[in-house]
Amino acid sequence: MEHNTIIINENKLDFEPGETILEVAQRNKIDIPTLCHLKNTLPTTTCKVCVVEIKGEPELVESCATKARQDMTVLTESPKVIAERQKNISRLLASGNHNCAIRAFDTTDWTSFQLNVLKDDGKEDLCPVWGDCELQNLAYRYQVKTLGMPLNKIEYKTERANPFIIRDFSRCILCGRCVKACKEIQVNNAIEFGENGKKIIAKNDAILKNSDCVFCGECLQACPVGALIPDKAYRDERFKDTQKVRTTCSFCGVGCQMDLFVQDNKIVKINGADADLAPNNGSLCVKGRFGYEFVASPERLTTPLIKKDGKHVEASWDEALDLVAAKLSAIKEKFGPDSLGVLTSARVTNEDNYIANKFTRAVLKTNNIDHCARL
Amino acid sequence: MTNTIADIETSDMILVTGSNTTENHPVLSTFVKRAKLKGKKLYVIDPRKIKLAEYADKWLRPHPGTDIAWINGLMHIIIKDDLHNTSFISERCENFEALKETVKKYTPEYVEGITGIKAADLAEVAHAFAKAPAAAILYCMGITQHTCGTDNVKSLANLSLLCGHLGKPGGGVNPLRGQNNVQGACDMGGLPNVFTAYQPVNNDEARARLENAWDITGLSPTPGLPVTEMIQKAHDGEMKSLYIIGENPLVSDPDLNHARKSIGNLDFLVVQDIFFTETAQMADVVLPSFCFAEKNGTFSNTERRVQRVRKAVEAPGESRQDWEILCDIATRMGYRMSYSGAEDIFREIAAVTPSYRGITWERIDKKGIHWPCPDENHEGTPILHTKQFTRGKGMFHAIEHQPPAELPDAQYPYILTTGRVLYHYHTGTMTMKTKGLNTLSPECFVEISSKDAQKIGVDDGAMVDVSSRRGKITAKLQVSSKAVDGTVFIPFHFAKAAANMLTNAKLDPTAKIPEFKVCAIKIEPATA
Repeated sequence: MEHNTIIINENKLDFEPGETILEVAQRNKIDIPTLCHLKNTLPTTTCKVCVVEIKGEPELVESCATKARQDMTVLTESPKVIAERQKNISRLLASGNHNCAIRAFDTTDWTSFQLNVLKDDGKEDLCPVWGDCELQNLAYRYQVKTLGMPLNKIEYKTERANPFIIRDFSRCILCGRCVKACKEIQVNNAIEFGENGKKIIAKNDAILKNSDCVFCGECLQACPVGALIPDKAYRDERFKDTQKVRTTCSFCGVGCQMDLFVQDNKIVKINGADADLAPNNGSLCVKGRFGYEFVASPERLTTPLIKKDGKHVEASWDEALDLVAAKLSAIKEKFGPDSLGVLTSARVTNEDNYIANKFTRAVLKTNNIDHCARL
Repeated sequence: MTNTIADIETSDMILVTGSNTTENHPVLSTFVKRAKLKGKKLYVIDPRKIKLAEYADKWLRPHPGTDIAWINGLMHIIIKDDLHNTSFISERCENFEALKETVKKYTPEYVEGITGIKAADLAEVAHAFAKAPAAAILYCMGITQHTCGTDNVKSLANLSLLCGHLGKPGGGVNPLRGQNNVQGACDMGGLPNVFTAYQPVNNDEARARLENAWDITGLSPTPGLPVTEMIQKAHDGEMKSLYIIGENPLVSDPDLNHARKSIGNLDFLVVQDIFFTETAQMADVVLPSFCFAEKNGTFSNTERRVQRVRKAVEAPGESRQDWEILCDIATRMGYRMSYSGAEDIFREIAAVTPSYRGITWERIDKKGIHWPCPDENHEGTPILHTKQFTRGKGMFHAIEHQPPAELPDAQYPYILTTGRVLYHYHTGTMTMKTKGLNTLSPECFVEISSKDAQKIGVDDGAMVDVSSRRGKITAKLQVSSKAVDGTVFIPFHFAKAAANMLTNAKLDPTAKIPEFKVCAIKIEPATA
């Protein structure tokens, strides 16, 4: 059988027929930067940042769209590659309102109208994803300085009318990742390139709330820059200590793996876990991604309650549990164990359910236990 | 599920029935939609023209409650056209002759008469299903929540067996579990007739093993009551106390007037929850517990994958873990239950649960394992029944169509079917705390076809009174292309206009599941 190997930066690596250079590199933890490629989708080649040099070939190639071939020798950080990346990063930085202090504005040729739009729309504020932006990271990594470069005019107003998602077109680099996420991963087909490729639009350029969008937020997670941002004030607290906790979603039975971002004992953001981790491969739905406000809700129960004279009054755990134990024992004694029943829960853990099962059968001595699987 | 979620994308033909997948299992639906994108076949058979129907090769519309008829019809065509998998049937199944005899009369024309599905469409699906190298069936509550729910499921199993689509990648009969840990609650013995891993309570050996493990005597050999019957017994005065954990039957149960009366009849009601739900408001004692983000533990998903749940935040106030509360009560009642933590409990689960025996928290730290996993060297079982079925041979059940318990008549001329919407979850106690979700789905609605709306003489957005023999609600009319003439959909999330005031509490005789998917209603312009 033919052996499939390529060399990337002196590493001899196996590849599966059909695999791209980028895929082989990612699988082997070799970092080739890309701003447009989204795992598990077809390449778009809009950003040209993933270019690599193939020994013996005059032109650089896009590693996301070039299949690995036997005995190919790939250089991912050659001087030629770096120069090309710098050029392309520079082009992307200039394409929009990337005012992250790596560049300064030059708006001398702008009309007063345009400048007012800039002001009214909060565009003079530093980018909300400052420090959490793939484009900025790459600009830093490749030392791309764009001081004095003219700024593309801001043509589209920021869309703030939707729940959960803010769309700031002035910071969009038109990489197309959001479109890929929507069309090839979630297959909701809610957004596409519009306005001759200058804007990502929903059908008829409607705001997301009035479109086919179902707010899964796959686009939000895929966006490498500040074009799609959560409506939460998370960005204001970016430099607070943040813990990331991997867990399982608590809504439907799919069991999506997700990362909870926690600050000051509060969930501030949820992302889908790794793109190659079953069962959800990084995807989430609207409930899983955004429906976490209940956790910190002021309506949460915080103390045991006992009904006295038709009213619920706060009680200590000792008082409440003594009452429950005494009542259950008395009813069991008087009417027999089968006059007692337990509804356990499809929401709680296996461990909780097991204990409910043991409590019902071993302590109450009845098999009257069920939950709302049927409802 | 007999197969995995990832498996769906490898299927050659997917048959989705009684599942509004894009709204109820949104991430799972992406696997279905991607399969279609890759050129695989997709058929949707559902009383509503759900979103997934737009992606399908074809949407077939049966009258609600006629599933056995169309499934028998598919099998009739497959057998008649000699497309059944004879080697699979002879090697791995039994009772084929009885099935063949029963489906004989379910000709496409006969089926069209019962279901309304066109004979040619039925033939198209039958051929696509039988000829696919691997065909998967996905179903949900639209199949099960009927007085013939058990028979509906058996019929789907018949269909899959007939074509040999079980026990292989891309095939299977796959129920989609609606709540995060329904699978786990069942696995853990949260059912009246079985202990963990479905060991029957009336099995002497199973009881002896548990009595030994738990160091007790006198486990009851009599199967207990399912929730629907507990409610009835409470109504009749025989059930004196209920201890309800994280459930809200006063919104989720059928025929809520009846349910409220029943629960009100109890001598002692304990509710353990994270919110002061409609049910908690009736409780004698309310105990505050933890939500998922506050606990360590495991959930088992719809593909039987046991996955970790990890504590991310501290719980509010004095609330306590569900298991800790129960252990404390047990100890106060004279049986000491004490664990150092949830992992300690999981070790005991593994010891008494054959299908979980090989699973440890350490093993599932990065990635969950599908049960059955009989020992610590076992990798888990993504696909069930690859070599033989649990009972040995696959049993064909000869099943006849039976109509729903309540059909429309002159007084109640419309069929009501209930379900969920994308933006809410069950009784809304969790999702309705998120502002954005309420913006996207603010209130109850009555989904109806434009023709029916015209007939009633009300416009889209008007308030209507909807009543059944059991109750009445007032909600906003929503004219929708999803609705088919004569059938109305109302989501059951909203306590203020609870669809379950209307639903019928009639049960499937085996599974004791209520017939949420069919009852008779009338609709009038709102009086108030």
